[in-house]
Amino acid sequence: MPPFLELRHVGKSFAGVRALDNVSLAIDAGALHCLAGENGSGKSTLIKIISGVTQPDQGEILFGGQPQRALSPARAIARGVQVIFQDFALFGNLTVAENLALSSELRDGRRLVNWRRVRAVAAEAVARLGVELDLDADVERLPTSGRQLVAIARALMSDARLLIMDEPTTALTRREVETLFRIVRDIRARGIAVLFVSHKMREMLEISERITVLRNGRVAAAGATADFDEAAITRAMTGQEIAATPYRWQGQAGVPRLDVRGLAVPGRFAPIDLAVQPGEIVGIAGLLGSGRTDVALSLFGMHPSYQGRIAIDGAERRIASVPEAIACGIAYVPEDRLTEGLFATQSIARNLLAGSLGRFTRAGLLDLVRAGAAARAMVQSLQIATPTAERPVMELSGGNQQRVVLGRWLLTEARLLVLNGPTVGVDVGSKSGIHRTLRALAMERGLAILMISDDGPELVQNCNRILVMHRGRMVDELAGEAMTEAALAERLRGLS
Amino acid sequence: MTAPAVLRRSEAVVFLVIVAAMLAIGAINPAFWQLGNLFSLLRSNVITGIMALGVLTVMISGGIDVSFPAFAMTAMYLTLRWMLAGGHGGVAVPFAMATAIGIALGALNAFFVHSVRMIPLIVTLGTAALARGFLLGVVGTSNINIDRMPPQLIGFAGTELLATTGPGGAHIGLTAMLPIYLGLALAVHLLLRHTMLGRAVFALGGDREAARRAGFDLARTTYFVYGLAGGLAGFAGLLHVSMIWLANPHDLAGMELDVIAAVVLGGASIFGGRGSVVGTMLGVFMLVMVNNSLIIMHISTTWQRVVVGVIIIAATALTALRDRRRAG
Repeated sequence: MPPFLELRHVGKSFAGVRALDNVSLAIDAGALHCLAGENGSGKSTLIKIISGVTQPDQGEILFGGQPQRALSPARAIARGVQVIFQDFALFGNLTVAENLALSSELRDGRRLVNWRRVRAVAAEAVARLGVELDLDADVERLPTSGRQLVAIARALMSDARLLIMDEPTTALTRREVETLFRIVRDIRARGIAVLFVSHKMREMLEISERITVLRNGRVAAAGATADFDEAAITRAMTGQEIAATPYRWQGQAGVPRLDVRGLAVPGRFAPIDLAVQPGEIVGIAGLLGSGRTDVALSLFGMHPSYQGRIAIDGAERRIASVPEAIACGIAYVPEDRLTEGLFATQSIARNLLAGSLGRFTRAGLLDLVRAGAAARAMVQSLQIATPTAERPVMELSGGNQQRVVLGRWLLTEARLLVLNGPTVGVDVGSKSGIHRTLRALAMERGLAILMISDDGPELVQNCNRILVMHRGRMVDELAGEAMTEAALAERLRGLS
Repeated sequence: MTAPAVLRRSEAVVFLVIVAAMLAIGAINPAFWQLGNLFSLLRSNVITGIMALGVLTVMISGGIDVSFPAFAMTAMYLTLRWMLAGGHGGVAVPFAMATAIGIALGALNAFFVHSVRMIPLIVTLGTAALARGFLLGVVGTSNINIDRMPPQLIGFAGTELLATTGPGGAHIGLTAMLPIYLGLALAVHLLLRHTMLGRAVFALGGDREAARRAGFDLARTTYFVYGLAGGLAGFAGLLHVSMIWLANPHDLAGMELDVIAAVVLGGASIFGGRGSVVGTMLGVFMLVMVNNSLIIMHISTTWQRVVVGVIIIAATALTALRDRRRAG
């Protein structure tokens, strides 16, 4: 039987830049296929070609062995291709029921809305997915995982044969990812093929049957998932080996950089004691809602009514506001760097300097020459990939944007860096670059780092200690030989 | 929050505020409850209300319109001039003409908003200035007083549903323009709630990109919302002068604030995607009642502007809080 979808020697150029070059790919009916690659490797272009948004310059697209000419979005949908984009393309102001039924009402060319039919159509779509969703809730009130379910249910309503999911696990907790995987396997069992676009190797290995890795617009590797391991995927994605040596802190315990006694925010987390030495990278693991983010926020002055004592380099400080936290040398990098951290349309230099302009004043006036030099030096030392620091920060890739946020804090002469999900949404190559940078900063500059993450391997590779939080309490600590991915996963699984 | 769902709706809140305000105003000045005052209150709802229906639709689509008072006056004045110059009479034809002029002007807004991708506030500020300037420069600035107003229009707008004689022999009547307002409100409600075009307005205001991907015709939707706002404004403009027997090209200046305040008060979101006809009608009633009652309580009309300002800020703050809670 010919595969459901086959691409043969597909090529595509944009303004002379080769986005895809001689890419071949076959997806069997009911197969779970993973498309891997870093940002800019051509994944998005490939999705656009399959969904008919973009036409290839070269090569053929075949559905069920039949060559398909001039694939348009409407024809791709008619063939059963459905794409779930990262932003889900849902209407937050409308109910779940209406979000589900709107497209089919529109497709049927209806002019009037029959609300009973809308509800019935939506109820059937939700039932088919085998999940519970409140049909009358406004979509914007649902968590990310709920919105994703609505998007999946909507995609499956239109007789889908191939479901393309673009980075579906990015904003999900481990538990939600497991639910998603269960649903994806259900979908597959009904003979619907799923193309998973991801850069998370662990998930790819867990869920897929075949993997195709793109690098610079070419197929760098392809085959059955059983023939791949993490190292092989990484090699294919980046073209180089990325060593996974754990971080070892060699320093002597002296006056801790951060010394916390009985820190508590009632209703958020119970009193904790915590000490971090200069040069240490301490991880905090825990499920979403375990209080780990609140610990970070209270260190950054965002829970001014905290109880307990905080000492920085031996001096006790009261941190009741963000400016006070910054004055103490504490930096916080939030998870959602795009909305919380950066001025997207402003230049890299301005973004880097946004927290430290006060340092570059002379008699109340800004010394732009000195500030500019400091920004350019930071671009160099963090290896931010840009021709000049004057480019807008939104032109950078996710990994480089994250470095800009880091660089801003380093310019404030931070002594303690608190990171919340430092590499969420960052591809493998950039991720290891960020890890290298963080480790170098801790090792060479004696920066103390607190790293909160859902990514177990990230913690194990980069921390010298990992604390486990659960329901507002510190329940465990892993260090040295006991600190392995398996041990951490084991501890987290034990919590519920 | 444990309040029952119906009480959490902004319509219910506005309704309760209105009831409380009515009791308070009635306690201060019992004249409030006189039939004549209540009828005049309802009459004052008609023009503001009809215009608010258009603004509501624009705001749900994620836009804003400050040009409708200028459009109303332009459509009204051009229609009257045409009637006077040619000796035309009738009721249906002039109203159709004013509505059509309003729709055409609204389409101009839609063109700039959709095809040129300009910001609705800037577009409608510009077209409002354009319309007013055109009116004054080309058509003239003279008032059209009662002696020259077409009698059929005055007769039509003076129709009453029921009439009685109040204490002291004063004539008290309920205007027949009220059912026209209610009919238009019902039509807009059905349109927004029960047609795909109406849902397209909500979809566009909810997420423009998602609406495009879902296959909604965004051009059609945009032309529809601004055309509707313009058409309703043109209709209301002619009705307004027919009811007050005086056409002054400077009339209704500043009314856009009152109408937008009423729409926001009724629970529509400044950011688009939310709003209802019932809420808007309650918002209009609230605003008209406050303006009207300040007069019968002998408070200077200059203070009305202060009250309108307070209402706008309070209502916007409330919806902003609501939207923030939703987002968080």
